[in-house]
Parts: sequence; C-alpha cells; structure tokens
Amino acid sequence: LQLDFWLAPRGLGHPVDIRVPFPSLQPLKAHLEANGVSYSIMIEDVQALVDDEQLEMLRSRRGMPLSTDTFNYASYHSLDEIYAFMDLLVAENPNLVSKIEIGRSTENRPLYVLKFSKGGTNRPAVWIDTGIHSREWVTQASGVWFAKKIVLDHEKDEGLASILDKMDIFLEIVTNPDGFAFTQTKNRMWRKTRSKNSGSICVGVDPNRNWDAGFGGSGASGNPCSETYRGPYANSEPEVKSIVDFVKNHGNIKAFVSIHSYSQLLLYPFGYTSTPAPDEKELHELSEKAVAALSSLYGTKYKYGSIITTIYKASGGTIDWTYEQGIKYSFTFELRDTGRYGFLLPAKQIIPTAEETWLALKVIMLHALDNLY
Amino acid sequence: DIEGVGRKYHLELVLEDVLDRDSTVNCTAEVLYHLGNRTIAPDVQFTLEGELKNTDEADNIFYSRIKSLEKELVAEDIPDSQGNVPPEMEPIHLLAWVASGYVIWQNSTENTKFQLAQIKHVKQVKRSDEYLEFDYLVLLHEMVSQEIIPWQMRVLWHPQHGVQVTRDSRQPKLLLE
Repeated sequence: LQLDFWLAPRGLGHPVDIRVPFPSLQPLKAHLEANGVSYSIMIEDVQALVDDEQLEMLRSRRGMPLSTDTFNYASYHSLDEIYAFMDLLVAENPNLVSKIEIGRSTENRPLYVLKFSKGGTNRPAVWIDTGIHSREWVTQASGVWFAKKIVLDHEKDEGLASILDKMDIFLEIVTNPDGFAFTQTKNRMWRKTRSKNSGSICVGVDPNRNWDAGFGGSGASGNPCSETYRGPYANSEPEVKSIVDFVKNHGNIKAFVSIHSYSQLLLYPFGYTSTPAPDEKELHELSEKAVAALSSLYGTKYKYGSIITTIYKASGGTIDWTYEQGIKYSFTFELRDTGRYGFLLPAKQIIPTAEETWLALKVIMLHALDNLY
Repeated sequence: DIEGVGRKYHLELVLEDVLDRDSTVNCTAEVLYHLGNRTIAPDVQFTLEGELKNTDEADNIFYSRIKSLEKELVAEDIPDSQGNVPPEMEPIHLLAWVASGYVIWQNSTENTKFQLAQIKHVKQVKRSDEYLEFDYLVLLHEMVSQEIIPWQMRVLWHPQHGVQVTRDSRQPKLLLE
C-alpha cells in the first residue's frame, strides 16, 4: 500500500498519522471501516501544500514579497516587481482597489492604472501619475508608496476617508514602462518613450511635449534626437493617447497631478504661453498651502508657480492639456532633490520624499473635494 | 544691461556646506554674461562674508590613501543607478563635482543650467610628481534642453595646491547607448 507513517504506532490508545498515496485510499478506508478503526482526514491534498511551499521558496529566493506588507518601499524595483506589487495590492484589498489596463505602450507593455474607490458610479476623481519620464526613478517609487498609503489610511485618516467617501483616486505608477525598462537594462538616463522615429536613427518622443496644448510651438523640439522632441503629431505616443482617451471617457476628473523629478517645485499651467491661467490666483494660493504642508515634515524647500515663470517655456505639456480640458486643479510636481544626486536619488530618500509629497497631495485633493465643480 | 557689453547680475547667496548642512557662509557675487560671443565664459567676481571650513585633515587622509595604492584607481558609475556612492569613492565624487563646476562655468550662458549627473568612468593617471591626476568621463545634465552631455575632463589635485582642470572636451552623445 506504500503507507507513509508520519506518526508511527506507539501503543494502544495512541493516534497514528499516515500519508496515503491516492491509489491506496479506498483499500485503506475499507480496511479501517471493516475493523471498526475510526479515522479523520487532517490534510486532504498533501501535494497542494507541497506546491504552495515550492512557490513560496521560489519567491523568497528571488526576493519577491508575498504581501504588500513585506514589500521593500525603501528600494528601487524592476517593472516586473512593480506590476507584481499591483496585483498583490488588489488581491489584498479587492473592495477598495482595482487595476485597469488603459492601453499598451509602443513595445506592447500594458499600461496599468490603479483605481481606489469606495463605490458609486463615475464619481468625481483625482488622477495621479508617476514615471512619465523614465529616469525619474523616485517618482515611480513614490507612486508605489502612495498606493500602499491609500490602502493603509483609507479608514483611519480623516482627510483621506472623507476624500474617498465622495471621490475616486486613479494612480498610474509606471506611465512610461518602455522607458523604465530601458533605464534598467541599457541607459539609466533615458527620459523619453521608445518609439521609432521615421527617417531618424534616434529613438523616442518626450511624453511631456506630446500633448495637444500649444503643440508645435516653441518650448519643444522638432528634432527626434532631442530629449524634448514633441513627436510627429500630438498624442502620437500610445502612453499619452491612453491617458487622453481615459480622461475624456471618464469625463469627471477634478484634479490631475503629474509627478516628475528633480528640482523641488510645484507647478501649475501654463507652460506653453505666458498668458496667466484664469484660475491662477486660486492655484497659486493652493500651491502655497500644499508646499507648506510638504515642508512641515522634513523642512524640504519647494518653490512654486506657473511652469513658464518658474522653470521654462514648454509646449505640449500634460497639465496644460488637462487644464484646457476643464480640469481646474492641474499640477506638476518636481520632487527631490535640487541637483546633488539629481535623477540618481539614493534609495534611502524614497520614503521621506513620498511621505512629504503625500502631505501636499492631500492638501490638493481636500481642496478639490471642498470645491467640487 | 550694459550697453555694448552684456548683462550683469548682482547676486546675494548663501553657500551651504554639502557635508555639513548647518555650516553656511554668506556671499555676494557679480556675474557678467558677454553680449553676442557665446564662447566666452561669464565673468565672475565674488566676496565671501566669512570663512570656508578647513579641510586639511580630510584632504591629507585622501591624498595619502591614493598615493599608497598599488594600482591606479579605476571606477565607474558614481553614484550608481540607485544613488549609492561607496564611502571610499566619496572624495572622488566631490573632486569631480568641483572640477565639473569649472567646466560648467566655462560653458554657461543665460540659457543654460548644468548639474553634474554622474561620473561614468574615472581612471587615475600615473604621475611621477606629487600631484594626483584623474581622467574623468562625466555626464552633465543640462536642465533647459534636458540633455545628458558626456564630458571628458583631466583633473589635477594636490592638498596644498587645489584643483585644476587641465583639459576638457564635450563628447558625442552616442557614447551612451
């Protein structure tokens, strides 16, 4: 019968544990019943447990976390690790978080957005994206942290709870996955997408010059070899087009925040023109509050203002387009630092950066909640 | 604006010690960007209101360490992708920063903003005299164009004689991919 005794017979009155191969199950049961020996099933399927254990061992050897509680937020992760994190987060919080595929990148990588919602239908929403410029690694890392933060705090933090009572949050963590993969394998300083440009050996379009706001004007380059190449036409990049389609189809986004690094700035429209945005006064005051909240944590100094007056003229930018779509609270962050490490921000600064930025984001979201339009 | 000459900026700034954030020195400066001729570095005059920290001890420790190496120092990617700088490479990093400051000054206009992004490669150059010499390939990040520009520089250093960039040249971008 090939019975495998896990607890061998010791004497009368003592239990015996036996692992039974499948073919021997019926004969053994019949034998025990015929002799009046009572038995109970401790483990239905040993193989299933062995399989699970193998999986666990494989994962921990590869360093893959088994839950978002064991995930290392203080280090930079690969695209696969971040996508796995998203699935874990959804699996752990199915009533709050869902994952939406809004499109595919040039190299056919899925573009995922996490939706945080307590219910309702097409509620007014906040959009946050990180990693649109792939070399700005602290942004994707912060996006991962924000996702976990929302899950942790959605009931115990009054502000966040009140936001989620009326609004949904959409978070796109890796907005430019092709670029991100390239920074991990070939060139850490890669900024753009990875689309081929016809008639040029140079690759990629600047996704923050490809939007239909002042497209074609100065503040972007027409040269495919440039880091600020606008692309052949507005929305030529699927990474950009997917967001455009999502925003238009949703129709109810009230705040839009696009996150970059570095420089420590909080910016609002416009970048393509020096004409002040109609809501400039409100946006400026809101920026002041958000920056004060950010600084309150670690003293990190931020400057704020419109794109064109604070950094430079830039055409075809994300938040110029979203603002002209009617999304009043359109902001861009430039996170830490101011140049000492630049794009190569040490991993130990990820969490402090994410923590302070989150305070500013909450100020913006709460203001949107209190001023729904 | 100075008619026929260029544009002069008067600056009041605070210098902060990178290694000791609480240590600051006030500074006033005048920067003159020359009209038309883009290949001349801006004129810089400055006055420090206070003293810079004395770094003799750290300088001598670093100097002795490099002098006593059996083989010439070679290193790459400082900081690495995750922002790490091994402690023994920190002086090499700081030296690159100072040297690239000179290169940046020489190549700045009113429409540029350079930062040292990374040391791609550094190789010590053997010398028979008391100086230390390093051949650096650095990446400079230019903020306005967002370009990453590889730049080669030869750097001479001595604890008592300071830093000198003896030659430098912009490299083609294709070097990176």
